[in-house]
Amino acid sequence: MQTMNIKLNINTRKYEMDVDVRKSLMDLLRELGYTSVKHGCGVGECGACTVLVDDIPIDSCLYLAVWANNTAIRTTEGECRDGKLSTVQNAYVEEGAVQCGFCTPGLIMTSTSFLEKNKGKDLSHEEIRIGHAGNLCRCTGYQTIINAVESASKK
Amino acid sequence: MFPIEKYHFASSVEDAVQALAADEKAKIIAGGTDVLVRLHGGNSDYDRLVDINGLSELKEIRIDDKGTIYIGSLATFTEIMEHDVIKKHVPVIVESLATIGGPQVRNTGTMGGNICNGAVSADSACAALIHEFDLVIEGPTGERTESINGFHTGPGRTILQKGDLLKYFCIRKEYYQGFSASYYKYAMRGAMDIATIGCGAAVKMNSETIETLKLAFTVAAPTPIRCRNAEKAMENKTLSEETLQAMEKALEEDVKPRDSWRASKDFRLHLIRTLAKNVIRQAVENQGGTR
Repeated sequence: MQTMNIKLNINTRKYEMDVDVRKSLMDLLRELGYTSVKHGCGVGECGACTVLVDDIPIDSCLYLAVWANNTAIRTTEGECRDGKLSTVQNAYVEEGAVQCGFCTPGLIMTSTSFLEKNKGKDLSHEEIRIGHAGNLCRCTGYQTIINAVESASKK
Repeated sequence: MFPIEKYHFASSVEDAVQALAADEKAKIIAGGTDVLVRLHGGNSDYDRLVDINGLSELKEIRIDDKGTIYIGSLATFTEIMEHDVIKKHVPVIVESLATIGGPQVRNTGTMGGNICNGAVSADSACAALIHEFDLVIEGPTGERTESINGFHTGPGRTILQKGDLLKYFCIRKEYYQGFSASYYKYAMRGAMDIATIGCGAAVKMNSETIETLKLAFTVAAPTPIRCRNAEKAMENKTLSEETLQAMEKALEEDVKPRDSWRASKDFRLHLIRTLAKNVIRQAVENQGGTR
């Protein structure tokens, strides 16, 4: 089948490869071992596969791998540096915003980009909810997640 | 793996047009938030793709010295919503696009796709209709401009022909200057949902009189529509319960809602009447008039 040569960074590591044009970015990332990227609905409803492409959150299940050419991808694996959790990851732990954990990596990436974009702003719960509308969680009822985002925004 | 049979990554607008013209079954893929969902469901109507994501010139958003606003067909919803020109001159576009999907979908989906896929529920369609967008299209015989009025011909259908590629939308100054507008999407959920009914209105006021009204709906007929009878009923009228009731009566001639699993025809009619009044009131208020 048809392939295209792509160059990309994943969590600061450089890659160059030939990739099948039919492949989603989600499948590519999981094959490379970035299994924090979850295959949820596969149609852009649940956000479990959210990663950042040049710091913008996207559903990697609805994104062709070839579109990642010349971009920098961030997944939850890369947010943890030198064994230390990121501010957002830490806030999720502190607030108990994780139950089964399936949606968590996607939510972490949405929260990370949301807080980078709204740095220094005093965020209402409504703004946090709207900013996370593309991620579903069937366990927590969202309140602990909102608390985590709020507490991370103040750090 | 998406069941893609044939794939062409276009290197220029001309290259895309050639590839589209050469293959009867070829479809354009832009943001992919519709096409990839259909492919995921195994829909073979979308298995021959011309990918236009390499055409960065189609991402441009700008205003020229005549005040014409250009929105590239490949600009994402988020890029459009966050652009200063759009926020300042046509804020109803921002209001409309904010109702689409969730952040991730808005970060990849495009207004070009939202209009060209012919969706009856397209959230950007009301804004396009009330601000009378022009569509600049490149086809096998060259460039041409079409109006958004008449662009949609049926559910999932438009006037686009084989080999056509939408390059950008134009909004002429006369169609936004002096107007204030509003959009309301009625859906079952606050996000990640398809409109049951969408309504947009733009008004130009002469103190308390509505000089011009432009009223548009999605899901109120087999295509997104302008409501000429209702518009005429409000022309040179002030806002009152009486004039709005006359508008509501005229509106019945404009719309043709249907029963579906999302909502009944009667409920849709109720929404159409209610939203028309509310959205017109809001548009008037946005211009500093009395509701």
